[in-house]
Amino acid sequence: MEWRWDFAIEILPQMLGAMLNTLLAAGIGYGIALIVGLLLLLGQRTKYALLNMAVREVVEFVRSTPLIVQLFFVYFVAPQFGVVLSAWTSAMLTIGIHYGTYLSEVYRGGLEAVPRGQWEACRALNFSPARTYFRVVIPQALPASLPGMGNYLVGIFKDTPMLSTIGVVELMHTANALGAETYRYLEPYTMVGFMFLLISLPTAAGLRKFERYVGRALGVTK
Amino acid sequence: MNVLSERNEMNQSSSISAPDENPMVRFSGVTKRYGNLTVLDNLDLDVSANEMVSIIGPSGSGKTTVLRMLMTLETIDQGIIYVDGNPLTHMERNGEMVFANERYLRTQRNNIGMVFQQFNLFPHMTALENCIEAPINVLGLKRDEAEQRAIDLLRMVGMLGKKDEHPTRLSGGQQQRVAIARALAMRPKVMLLDEVTSALDPEVIGEVLNVIRALNSEHNLTMLMVTHQMGFAREISDRVCFFYKGKIAEQGTPDQIFNDPQNDRTKQFLSAVLDAN
Repeated sequence: MEWRWDFAIEILPQMLGAMLNTLLAAGIGYGIALIVGLLLLLGQRTKYALLNMAVREVVEFVRSTPLIVQLFFVYFVAPQFGVVLSAWTSAMLTIGIHYGTYLSEVYRGGLEAVPRGQWEACRALNFSPARTYFRVVIPQALPASLPGMGNYLVGIFKDTPMLSTIGVVELMHTANALGAETYRYLEPYTMVGFMFLLISLPTAAGLRKFERYVGRALGVTK
Repeated sequence: MNVLSERNEMNQSSSISAPDENPMVRFSGVTKRYGNLTVLDNLDLDVSANEMVSIIGPSGSGKTTVLRMLMTLETIDQGIIYVDGNPLTHMERNGEMVFANERYLRTQRNNIGMVFQQFNLFPHMTALENCIEAPINVLGLKRDEAEQRAIDLLRMVGMLGKKDEHPTRLSGGQQQRVAIARALAMRPKVMLLDEVTSALDPEVIGEVLNVIRALNSEHNLTMLMVTHQMGFAREISDRVCFFYKGKIAEQGTPDQIFNDPQNDRTKQFLSAVLDAN
């Protein structure tokens, strides 16, 4: 089997279109995960010990089961209990919650990186809780969290091919379809790999730059 | 009230000046426990306005806990603390005294300032920003006013030239001087100094002690200082309290405590510390 440029060029527009869906899925999924992560973090830091424990258990449960099993549960099993969601909705919900649990742990690590003395200084200076968080704690926790947050952005992006299994028309799904149609798999899958690489590498580099920028903007690093 | 009578007895036995009817700080029967461990045991302690009280004692004797409770960083289990005549740890609700809630604490906490062993400056703010953040946002000062106040204080602690530096670029002694300015910027009635020189290199301890010396002689401030610097405690204090196992084992003027200690524990502690020096 030989690489055929004409075939590669022929399927390129379709692949690029699918790439957009992949980026969209990763972007929306990440956005949801960022918020879910914050809610799961706050849910573990309330005044109510029972609630904190329950949220903690949910986080552990979701983190300890594979994404694809959760995906299949939401898309194939939930309808049998009367909950019918589209492939996209199932995908975004599952990715958002799954990665939200990871991100809540990243946030927690960032918060715990802020020395206790900083909280005590805020209390001694009589700061309100909001000022303590927004002016002192988060500016120090965020730079510590950014590397982990960036990792999961790239992680979600690379997990999107899994969505092809429930019929989300993203890059992998399109490559599968093209292969089944033409019996040529070399070009579509090679192109999938390259497209992922082309996005992932600059994203990782960009994230590192962004980390430094944020560190400087918040005055935490020089 | 038997708490009062006990306190009077204590004052008589310690041969300090007559009991102050309006102390700036009053610990009345205060007990603090961590699980089974009693850190402070039924503590009675009055500190008069403008008095400088040093707290000395072996580690684990409850010294730092006294300051932390007064700064409301720790809750208390029994007793009550008053600051300037008002209850600090308790508030009145339906005619009864109950443990203070966070909202009440916020109304009282500005009376007290604290300087920590580890400085605890905000690393993402300059020296000046560290000193104006709370005056602007907690006291509601205008920015100009807060900056002027901060500049005056930074000048007093000899750090005006470094006002735009971040803490990471300052030595420990410099950071601690900024931390003193930051606490003073809130104009507290009571200043708490918690082993402020313990984390410092020996060669910079002097510069911090000089600031405290100046503070004590030039400003009307009530100060409680936990320290291991016996020479400094002796020089600067109006009164020295020796803590042992959560109680004041002995208290008196520096002269009494250092030259003529009565309690065996005090004697042991002082000879051990002086040997080490």
